[in-house]
Amino acid sequence: MAKLQVGVVSPEREIWSGEADMVIAKTVEGEIGIMPNHAPVIGVLVEGGVLRVKRDGNADLVAAVHGGFISVAANEVSVLAEAAELGSEVDVAAAKDALQRAQAAIESSQDDADAQLEAKRNAARLRAAGEEV
Amino acid sequence: MGAQLRLLRRRIKSVKSTAKITRAQELIASSRIVKAQQRMQAAVPYEREITRAVTGVVSNTSSVDHPLTVAKENPARAGVLIITSDSGFCGGFNANLLREAEALRGLLESRGIRVTPFVSGRKGVGWHAFRQREMGGQWVGFSRKPSYTDAKEIADTLIESFKAEDGIDEIHIVSTEFVSMLTQNVVVNRILPLEVVETTEAPKDGPLPYFEFEPSAGAVLDSLLPRYVESRIFSALLQSAASEEAARRRAMKSATDNANELIRVFTQKMNQVRQAEITQEISEIVGGANALADSAAGKE
Repeated sequence: MAKLQVGVVSPEREIWSGEADMVIAKTVEGEIGIMPNHAPVIGVLVEGGVLRVKRDGNADLVAAVHGGFISVAANEVSVLAEAAELGSEVDVAAAKDALQRAQAAIESSQDDADAQLEAKRNAARLRAAGEEV
Repeated sequence: MGAQLRLLRRRIKSVKSTAKITRAQELIASSRIVKAQQRMQAAVPYEREITRAVTGVVSNTSSVDHPLTVAKENPARAGVLIITSDSGFCGGFNANLLREAEALRGLLESRGIRVTPFVSGRKGVGWHAFRQREMGGQWVGFSRKPSYTDAKEIADTLIESFKAEDGIDEIHIVSTEFVSMLTQNVVVNRILPLEVVETTEAPKDGPLPYFEFEPSAGAVLDSLLPRYVESRIFSALLQSAASEEAARRRAMKSATDNANELIRVFTQKMNQVRQAEITQEISEIVGGANALADSAAGKE
């Protein structure tokens, strides 16, 4: 079966690239699953989404992806994230701490957009690291 | 010891300590260039992908009608983003940039366009503040190690003033392009309204595929184009950081060379003076001894 060539890049570095059987990402429309021979598509990713890359014989690759795009063409999948982090790279303790602080900020003030964003991002980081949020 | 000798010794000592400083600066700059180049390399995949995505969207939508791509017929105001360095000791780096920016300003003003400078880097900000030029925006503190957040901040300000009702009609960017360790060029690019730069490599298999959009072509374009502008600015910042270090290395190298040359000249001069002094002393002693011998001979 055909394979997908996947590249996950952020402006500051290339996070991961390699072959995969399926890519699951979260766009503003909802979850999108991409398998080989998918029709060309460009989608806008949500803030604080979790990207899942399924590979044969290997554990799933999970990454926290904040904003950006996914573009699929001719079995090539590029995930352009504004910021991204592999689940294995996440500092769980720091993310939990940041999440708590953001939640405290949300509770103390009604509409704090920055704190909302921060909470979303850190929740995604924790989910990517395999933690329950 | 002669006064001249003491003076020369002092000069040599001071030049030596200057040479030590410039040599250290040179070495620091050399190691920083490598890191700056690595950061430049690391940013390339994202740039390539985003350019491909933009090209994909643009080739799919028959008429790209987005505020960021529409050029006004009679531009009245222009913004110029000048990317300078935070610290000095880098030769003509900032002077070249500012000269180019002034030339651009002259060109635009001769066409009846009012120019607002946006300046990044302490040196450029200082230059504009000294001349009491009003700046549309100023950013300092990251010229050596720009992060994407910095680029985003700049891009946000620029896009905002571009979108504003009586805002800026076009935006140019004056920055330094890093060609190699030895060559850096000042370049002027127009970033808004956007001209999508086509990738140099031809598509592998004919024309680009027909894309579907999630949620819609307009929405994708809405968030894709600002990202594209950010990525262009980020790349300019990274190139500028690498160029700054390369310019600094070169300037410090020639400063060290000059200092060493000065030390050589001074040392030679000092030896000459010392030798002259010794010769004089010897001839004085010999003269004195002769005079003593002569007077002793006269008595007998």
